[in-house]
Amino acid sequence: MVRMKKHAGDWAFDIFNFLLMTFLCFITVYPFLYLLSLSFTSGDVPLTQNYIIPPKVTLDNYAKVLTNSDIGNGFIMTIARTLLGTAISLVCTVCTAYPLSKKYFVHRNLFTSFVVITMFVSGGTIPSYLLVKSIGLMDTIWALVLPGAISAYNVVICRNFFMGIPDSLEESARIDGANDIIILFRIILPVSLPIIATLTLWVAVANWNAWFDSLIYITTSRKQVLQVVMRRIVLEGTQEMMNPDPELEAMLVNPETIKATTVMVTTLPILCVYPFIQKYFVKGVMVGSLKG
Amino acid sequence: MRVKTSTVSLSTGRKRGLSQSIYWKQRYLLLLFLPAIAYFIIFHYIPLYGVIIAFKDYKFNEGILGSPWVGLEHFRMLFGMESFWQVFRNTIIIGFWKLVFGFPAPILFALFLNEVQHSTPKKIVQTISYLPHFVSWVIMGGILTQLLSPSTGPINIALKAMGFEPIYFLADPKWFRGVLVASHVWKSIGWGSIVYFAALSSVDQEIYEAAMIDGAGRFQRMFRITIPEITPVITIMLILAAGSLIKDDFDQVFNLYNSNVLSVGDVLSTYTYRAGLVDMEYSFATAVELFKNVISVTLVLLTNFASKRINDYGIW
Repeated sequence: MVRMKKHAGDWAFDIFNFLLMTFLCFITVYPFLYLLSLSFTSGDVPLTQNYIIPPKVTLDNYAKVLTNSDIGNGFIMTIARTLLGTAISLVCTVCTAYPLSKKYFVHRNLFTSFVVITMFVSGGTIPSYLLVKSIGLMDTIWALVLPGAISAYNVVICRNFFMGIPDSLEESARIDGANDIIILFRIILPVSLPIIATLTLWVAVANWNAWFDSLIYITTSRKQVLQVVMRRIVLEGTQEMMNPDPELEAMLVNPETIKATTVMVTTLPILCVYPFIQKYFVKGVMVGSLKG
Repeated sequence: MRVKTSTVSLSTGRKRGLSQSIYWKQRYLLLLFLPAIAYFIIFHYIPLYGVIIAFKDYKFNEGILGSPWVGLEHFRMLFGMESFWQVFRNTIIIGFWKLVFGFPAPILFALFLNEVQHSTPKKIVQTISYLPHFVSWVIMGGILTQLLSPSTGPINIALKAMGFEPIYFLADPKWFRGVLVASHVWKSIGWGSIVYFAALSSVDQEIYEAAMIDGAGRFQRMFRITIPEITPVITIMLILAAGSLIKDDFDQVFNLYNSNVLSVGDVLSTYTYRAGLVDMEYSFATAVELFKNVISVTLVLLTNFASKRINDYGIW
């Protein structure tokens, strides 16, 4: 880099730019900070002033929210669907992608189109809902994990990765008489950890954040995922509500701080992990834009 | 299997038994692929076929096949409804303003962040800017409800301190679309800038050095070098974004709207949801969704066509 003396204009620009970036970071983080602060605020503080450090700090809100059985059930349901959904999705994606990565796979082009078409056309909400209803998945965890189990996009990404693995790696195993299934799990998967990790994170975060399927497919309120429980507590009164729950009503004596705590309980897991996993998602955007 | 085997042997001109057929040789690959065939047929192709209920009077007891055909009855009803056209207008207007503000914002953000000289603050700002992308609209709905509350929300407390009347952002038809557009920009500015960042990092640094020696200032370099260099990417992204005019954001609207702002905030996807899953007018709702999907696919095809022409004949 050529060393240049800085102009006065450059200094002004840098200062302006610094202020702009600080401002952008502030407005991005502020809503979360505000709710975090509110969640530690004691219930008897009147909410008529803005502050970041609460005048009276308390953990009561968290104690109340975390011992609430709806929130507890919601947590269990969300964790269950994330684990089950991610496991099913990964196994199915890998098993679909591997045959498609083989140039000699019979009807390869036909099967590839069969998968890829689903990226562009879909039946939509209502036909999918009617399908789930008619095959008896309503109100079960299967309604949350099965309909989205395989994403054509993930299959294509995974297939492309497999195609980059040299054939020579498989050859000795083939000579020893290993079949494709053994080769996939013993030889291909161990060298595919980068793509496995990426897909795992994509699917897991999507499962953690999913809520609409639970809202329409789960009819028992105690089986709802965390996000839907939170929605019921926080947006209550401002929107058409499902069955009001006496236990929730009792909790809402001091609504604002409890609502804020509920939101924080739902958000904190994502807030804590996203800085470490975001690079895997950035990769996904790049792959997508190269393709498009 | 047998029939297919024989056609294979005919076409290759060799006699093969089942054990010699290509299907048998690849039985393990086919076995691996079998769950995918079942999955895509059940969860994608059957619902795709189910779209025909838009032309039927669907009754759950009679199933998709048994329900009587009604032709274009649902579409006739739909196009005759003033409420539908209101929803259609809302969708386009909200989509238009989201495009006007939401499209340039990530470009500007990438441009200015690119001017930050040190890599550590750059990375920190970038990571912070991705934060809203990882938070679902349900949570955002909860956050915005509290942030914009007329009695306890910090924005209204600040407004009151400055002597203004509090504003009920989420329940006032004058403000609701603004909230949708602003929160959309807020949520997508960081994530949307990734593509532009990649484009910026591939710009040849020597051009800048030459410009600096010639005495070009920061703004001059930005407007004379950086923007022209990433114009191809901007053009492609703009073409792709055109489809978003009709693709409303269900998650966003559904978690923010309420009966007070239905007249300005109701969009096609929320309308479909209420018609289909609340009022259980399955056929009618499918017709609305089909109408939207047809427009959306047409827009995508048109824009793909346009981008191909531009790429082939080269505007730049």
